[in-house]
Amino acid sequence: MTYRRLLLAISLISTTMLSACNREERELRPSPSASQVVNQAQVSGLNPGANPLPTPPTPSIYEESAYAVSEGKTLFGQYNCSGCHANGGGGIGPPLMDNNWIYGSQPQNIFTTIVEGRPNGMPSFRNRIPEYQVWELVAYVRSLSGLLPKDVAPSRNDQLYVKPPEASMPKQTPTGITGEPSK
Amino acid sequence: MIAASSPMHAAAVLASFFQGEHNSLHPAGPFSSNIEWLYWVIFWIVFVAFVLTILAFARASAKTYSRAEEMLPIMKDEEGDRKTKWAVGTAITVTVLTLFAVLFMSVITGKKVEGMSSSNPVTIQITGHQWWWEVIYPNPQADQTVITANEIHIPVGKPVVILTSSADVIHSFWAPSVHGKRDLIPGYSSAFWIQVDQPGTYPGRCAEFCGLQHAHMGFSIIAEDEATFEAWEQQQLKPAPDPTDAEAQHGREVFLTHTCVMCHTIRGTDAGSRVGPDLTHLASRNMIAAETLPNTTGALAGWIVDPQRIKPGNKMTPNPLAPDDLNALVTYLRTLQ
Repeated sequence: MTYRRLLLAISLISTTMLSACNREERELRPSPSASQVVNQAQVSGLNPGANPLPTPPTPSIYEESAYAVSEGKTLFGQYNCSGCHANGGGGIGPPLMDNNWIYGSQPQNIFTTIVEGRPNGMPSFRNRIPEYQVWELVAYVRSLSGLLPKDVAPSRNDQLYVKPPEASMPKQTPTGITGEPSK
Repeated sequence: MIAASSPMHAAAVLASFFQGEHNSLHPAGPFSSNIEWLYWVIFWIVFVAFVLTILAFARASAKTYSRAEEMLPIMKDEEGDRKTKWAVGTAITVTVLTLFAVLFMSVITGKKVEGMSSSNPVTIQITGHQWWWEVIYPNPQADQTVITANEIHIPVGKPVVILTSSADVIHSFWAPSVHGKRDLIPGYSSAFWIQVDQPGTYPGRCAEFCGLQHAHMGFSIIAEDEATFEAWEQQQLKPAPDPTDAEAQHGREVFLTHTCVMCHTIRGTDAGSRVGPDLTHLASRNMIAAETLPNTTGALAGWIVDPQRIKPGNKMTPNPLAPDDLNALVTYLRTLQ
């Protein structure tokens, strides 16, 4: 009887542990894909005939992997996003850790912003950043305002920062001219 | 099969231990000579202790022992007791004295390989990155600063100061023929001296586990005479030459309009990012990818297209370039002498 109980306990614990395996899963050689996200992403709620465009598919693997988000955090520094967005606080560019999304808070909106660039300063990174890294950056940018689950968002900073790590940031519900596609 | 090959394998490993290039028993400078001397002193002390121990075991096992069924009476043997006391006391004294002697020699050797003085030494800043070495020859004048990667040129017979730090995790700088291991710790600078007395190329490795590609994080110290070293330094100071033929010019366009430019510097162009190795004089190096591949056209092309196949997990992204673009890019990179 005790043996059975022990077996049950062990299997329960291992099953619980298995669920944590995906969190750090890393894909070292992502296949190059030519996605059409850029041309389909919707940046405004206004549509002729009030019919919203279909939402383009987003690879959610990047938003579910702590590894991808932490890579996004590293790239955010290495590609000098901080030069204008100052670790999310904003400076030359708008802040990324508040609830105001000028061009939309959906992953595909942010993808478009990075790839296409935006008026008044945001450069286009088309061809300069591989697509999978853009998605990693997108996931990290969303974690800045608490839009990602806490177990995925980075829970520590590599360097000394004034602000707490992303996992400790309160969630900011997107408002303003969000360009959210209606659901 | 395994049983048959194991002793041969062990013999091969043992042979490489004494013959290989990556070997602290082939010292190339004063520091490694000191370390080698200490190594042999300790080796012979331990060897003598080992032989004595084995002899004592052999003697004890060769002695006859009683098979008596009944317990033998305990006999007093005062002479024997005194002998035993002397033997044990001498053994303990000799052991303690030897250990202190070894400790003393270690401290002396440590001091010897620590200090050196020179009024105007060559100074080299080495920064460990996952998984390559950034090598900077700092100079108060910014345009006199040489930046390269993985291949450390030094003048022969002159003391050189190595300043160390790390960009990400703890690495360890180890060229066994030149010096002992030195840890590179993020956020912490340290310095030590090296000197090489014979011209040649001395391989080194990262000696502290630092992630997926720790095993492919090599460097080499290239010791050459003063004139050659200065010529090399002058060449490294020049910005990259403008490509002359059409293909190399197209290659530069490819470099500047694709992902390369986000991480690499080529001085003399707009590429100025410091995330990856400086490529201004890439073609002057013997190896690429931290001593993983020879610096040939084919290896370079293979590395650019799919670095994750060669060093899985490294920080360079795959670059699916069109064949013409790739050829042009490699042609351009090969012109960066």
